[in-house]
Amino acid sequence: MARSVTTRRKTLNTLFAWAVGLLIFFPILWTILTSFKTEAQAISDPPVFLFFDWTLENYAAVQERSNYMRFLWNSVIIAGGSTLLGLIIAIPAAWSMAFVPSRHTKDILLWMLSTKMLPAVGVLYPIYLIFIRMGLLDTKTGLVVVLMLINLPIIVWMLYTYFKEIPGEILEAARMDGATLKEEILYVLTPMAIPGIASTLLLNVILAWNEAFWTLNLTAAKAAPLTAFIASYSSPEGLFYAKLSAASTMAIAPILILGWFSQKQLVSGLTFGAVK
Amino acid sequence: MGRIVLDKISKSFGDVEVIPPLDLAINDGEFTVFVGPSGCGKSTLLRLIAGLEDSSGGHIRIDHEDATHVPPAKRGLAMVFQSYALYPHMSVRKNIAFPLKMAKMDKAEIDRRVEGAASVLNLTDYLDRRPGQLSGGQRQRVAIGRAIVREPSAFLFDEPLSNLDAALRVGMRLEISELHKRLKTTMIYVTHDQVEAMTMADKIVVLQAGVIEQVGSPLELYRAPRNVFVAGFIGSPKMNLLSGPEIADYNAHTIGTRPEHIAISQTEGVWEGTVGVSEHLGSDTFVHVKCAAFPEPLTVRVRGELDLSYGSTVFLTPDPEHLHRFDAQGLRFA
Repeated sequence: MARSVTTRRKTLNTLFAWAVGLLIFFPILWTILTSFKTEAQAISDPPVFLFFDWTLENYAAVQERSNYMRFLWNSVIIAGGSTLLGLIIAIPAAWSMAFVPSRHTKDILLWMLSTKMLPAVGVLYPIYLIFIRMGLLDTKTGLVVVLMLINLPIIVWMLYTYFKEIPGEILEAARMDGATLKEEILYVLTPMAIPGIASTLLLNVILAWNEAFWTLNLTAAKAAPLTAFIASYSSPEGLFYAKLSAASTMAIAPILILGWFSQKQLVSGLTFGAVK
Repeated sequence: MGRIVLDKISKSFGDVEVIPPLDLAINDGEFTVFVGPSGCGKSTLLRLIAGLEDSSGGHIRIDHEDATHVPPAKRGLAMVFQSYALYPHMSVRKNIAFPLKMAKMDKAEIDRRVEGAASVLNLTDYLDRRPGQLSGGQRQRVAIGRAIVREPSAFLFDEPLSNLDAALRVGMRLEISELHKRLKTTMIYVTHDQVEAMTMADKIVVLQAGVIEQVGSPLELYRAPRNVFVAGFIGSPKMNLLSGPEIADYNAHTIGTRPEHIAISQTEGVWEGTVGVSEHLGSDTFVHVKCAAFPEPLTVRVRGELDLSYGSTVFLTPDPEHLHRFDAQGLRFA
């Protein structure tokens, strides 16, 4: 029997869900609002919510002080590059784990995931030294490689889950039809897994875009992405809240827009395989 | 050409031997059916021939060439899967053309072959549809089309009809038999349905636990099953297999008599019993008779219609001409 839910209950649930949603969104909303205030209004007590003199002066100041487009471009290259490189490595890896598993496949998958539990700072020193040795410090190439490695376990896991859902008989049919391993992955597996690959790609672009630890520690000026751009506006004394907010808003805007337009894809990607 | 010879071929998964060393020859142009209960190794045997499984021992020869270690695509065989295994993101045309594209055939030739296969299989109107927009029967035809265009030396069918409903199954069964008569190509067909085996095969291979119980034409197997397993497996309804003191006169451990080889009478006969359920098919009537002498009820096939009331007493007499006798090991003897 279907569980009956009263209208009152439904309304309450909806209100509760909206309340939780707003609570989560509030810091972002507050940052956006603050970016339109003057520095004085930004730190006024009690704080003003909507009724203040809206101004674009912070955006103008930020633009004047730093080259936003250069940071944006670095972010695009680092997030996009690390994700694409990750996919190129992860697709064959996930293929072999899903379709020709060995006795140790499950262990390897768990081990890969366990590396995500390690505090990043634990390997900062060796990676920093390697970067100096290899001349990768403050280069986009270096960050692309590091962020790819950081996110690789998640990419492999997501793709593995998708590939597991593809019937093995279809790949066997391709093999009987004369497809080489490369053709099998290129013409049959990848097109069938496009929705899964797309959500993996989106999620990883977002993760790489937002990654701050490595991007802050391994860059200085040349390869600095938007996370470094935001950080350059924060000061220990907590001054210039409005300008910091304007910089933050400019940094998160592209990924927020991307996320908004692909939310359906993202949600279906994240819940894939959870329900049949 | 499509002669396939299995020479001491075997397969183990870890420590479990699913197919002990086995010999079998399939002649060119023959329609061979592997039949047996589920888990008997028939699909594994087919996959060994296809090259989708590596053998644990022995050799596979296709047209006198050793193909044991040849990859699936290079064996010149085409396979039709139980789930059809169509490429869901490609149109029917692209599905059928896929093996030709992989063979780097030129476009004009691909088009010619695809159109040819589509017309043979009545798929011309569906060439631009996706598999998801087709019925089960049409999907199966696309899968067959994909196999035909390669002009393989043999076709392998892995329970291709088991996902179809009963009416479609009969139709497709005829279509596949028709195709075999027309193409005259070797076909190996796996099924657990002995009716499919009997109606389609030139040669039936009965398997149990990875072991070949008997090889022969459908009627050879029907008339002279080599052992109790084959006797009970081939034929529908099943052969009545009887043992116990009641059959001491027959000098056999077990005797077998097919439902159509038992006479039923209300007045006299060898075994007395009571009528159980009667199944009326119109053309035939199957009467299930419970005899005190045997634990299992006997099935009797009567031509046309016969009305016997449930629980009434009848007498059964087996036809001595068509009696099958088996020893204590379950093997047939004359």
